[in-house]
Amino acid sequence: MAAMIEVRNVSKAFGGVQANRGISLDVAKGRITGLIGPNGSGKTTLFNSIVGYHPIDEGSIKFEGREISKLRVPQIARLGMLRTFQQTRIYGKMNCIKNMLISVPHRSMGLVEIFGDHSAQELEKAEHLLEFVGLYAKRKLQAGDLSFGQQKLLEFAMALMNQPQILLLDEPTAGINPTLINGLIDRLKRANTEFGITLFVIEHNMRVIMNLAENIYCLAHSELLAEGSPETIQKDKRVIDAYLGAH
Amino acid sequence: MSISRRTLGLYGGIAIASLVAPFVFDTYISQLTVLWVMVLFAITWDAMGGQMGYNSLGNIFFFGAGMYISAVVQIGLHYDVAQYTAAYGAIKVDFTQAQYHVGLVLGTIVAALGSVVLAVVLSWVVFGLRGPYFAIGTLGIALAAGELVGAWEYVGAGSGISLPVFPGEPEVGERFFYFAFFIAAVLSFFFFRWLYGTRFGLAINAIRDDEEKAEAMGIRTMRYKTITWALSAFFLGICGSLFGNYNIFIEPLEVAFATVVFGIPMVVMALLGGKGTLWGPVIGAILYHVIKEATWKYFLGWQWVALGLLIVVTVVFFQQGIMGWAQDKWPELFGIEVEEDSAEGDREAA
Ligand SMILES: Nc1ncnc2c1ncn2[C@@H]1O[C@H](COP(=O)(O)OP(=O)(O)OP(=O)(O)O)[C@@H](O)[C@H]1O
Ligand SMILES: [Mg+2]
Repeated sequence: MAAMIEVRNVSKAFGGVQANRGISLDVAKGRITGLIGPNGSGKTTLFNSIVGYHPIDEGSIKFEGREISKLRVPQIARLGMLRTFQQTRIYGKMNCIKNMLISVPHRSMGLVEIFGDHSAQELEKAEHLLEFVGLYAKRKLQAGDLSFGQQKLLEFAMALMNQPQILLLDEPTAGINPTLINGLIDRLKRANTEFGITLFVIEHNMRVIMNLAENIYCLAHSELLAEGSPETIQKDKRVIDAYLGAH
Repeated sequence: MSISRRTLGLYGGIAIASLVAPFVFDTYISQLTVLWVMVLFAITWDAMGGQMGYNSLGNIFFFGAGMYISAVVQIGLHYDVAQYTAAYGAIKVDFTQAQYHVGLVLGTIVAALGSVVLAVVLSWVVFGLRGPYFAIGTLGIALAAGELVGAWEYVGAGSGISLPVFPGEPEVGERFFYFAFFIAAVLSFFFFRWLYGTRFGLAINAIRDDEEKAEAMGIRTMRYKTITWALSAFFLGICGSLFGNYNIFIEPLEVAFATVVFGIPMVVMALLGGKGTLWGPVIGAILYHVIKEATWKYFLGWQWVALGLLIVVTVVFFQQGIMGWAQDKWPELFGIEVEEDSAEGDREAA
């Protein structure tokens, strides 16, 4: 299996807090990979390291074979690797459509394009994707007025608008109404199969991640604890202990 | 860009009023002239502060820079600038009509471009700063520029430079500058109106709402910030060049880099009218200017106290400004929707 992201021996500390220690993992191209672990185990920190949000202390991170650990967030984003935020970030004073229109890929945006207006296709695509996540009726509302769960959906739609190769999702179902979670899982899977986007997903909801991911990594105490298919992870004694706080 | 009948009527009304005002209210022509300067100030400030969320306290720098650049060009075309300033006004310029106008146009062009260059260079320094640090950093640039120019003999240091007087009748000169500022303000209004309708406008709004998110989405934030700052500088450079000639005499602290009289009011006007809106800065500038002239007339001696009070009230209690308040009250009028459209709700994905 070709790896889209190769993380090798990555460590990151904040002052005295070692948030990631010697982590190595692969995210398989075209697949859905999960990342689980107790609160504070270093999942978000690893995402931040991968997308260039902060420099890492040691190790190597490759994206499609290219070393990216020295690149910055916008550069990595333009290479086609996007992330969503655990705290959910959208452009609050702009309506949903505008949030979508400014999320077009910025890879090839030259001076002529930036002073132009959006194209009809872009608008159509924006509306289509809002429909895809179930926000079409709210498309003209200010994004800041949406509920937390709706903002999560909008953020997901914005990421799709950007046509990334890989999407790193930090707890996509947190705050989503439980009755809507199945629909969201379905959309995440469709983003993977229909749009061909590789997904790397942090998730606390076990049912969701078991249902979604083909391969799961588990972090605990800043280190990689286990790796495997949902079935093996589910039965792994160390994972169960970590979640039950048996350490 | 589609313009509705109502908007067209509004623009027509403003245009006619602006064209006849200097003739009908000719005793107030200097106040009317400065009104357009204030409008241009508020519009250019709002591009940075209102639309992009970077509250600059130093935009006056480009006004002053444009003023000095233009003066040096205009004088330099016919005299040795160092000798001219060293003579403290003993050398009287004597330009023909043609020399005057060529100098003014050339000076204004160089001022506009020079301000753009300065903005691009300074962007490397200031855009490393965020929030209040950006505000203070830009203020520092304006204050430092005033001090530096005040110590620079070549441009007359603290005693400034006398500029050529408009060739012709004084009334004609007054009208000439009234319309020059009017045109500059109108051009900047329509330019930014257009800009906010492009992808560029969306990008700077995104930077305002969440710059970190914008970076995470791959937006080249630095490029947008630099260009916005440079565009503000462009129009301020033009305005500064015109103002130096209008004022005939320029000096660093009271005219060119006048932070208290012009620099701070840029912010106040935009806040008062409603930052981040198209008309807010224009309305704020008109209101501020009228209030300012009224306090000068009726509360002389207390004018800065009255204006200070206005600033405090605006900043503390009325940050959304007039247009912001109106948008909250009548969102439909501004094309903002607060209700989801139920009619098309069935398009929602099942
Ligand atoms: N910017 C930071 N500065 C200091 N410490 C940090 C910072 N970011 C994370 N940490 C610390 O690093 C550790 C790992 O945090 P991280 O956010 O990566 O955990 P997580 O696995 O995402 O947890 P959760 O499931 O609660 O989101 C924690 O102890 C946290 O306090
Ligand atoms: Mg986290």
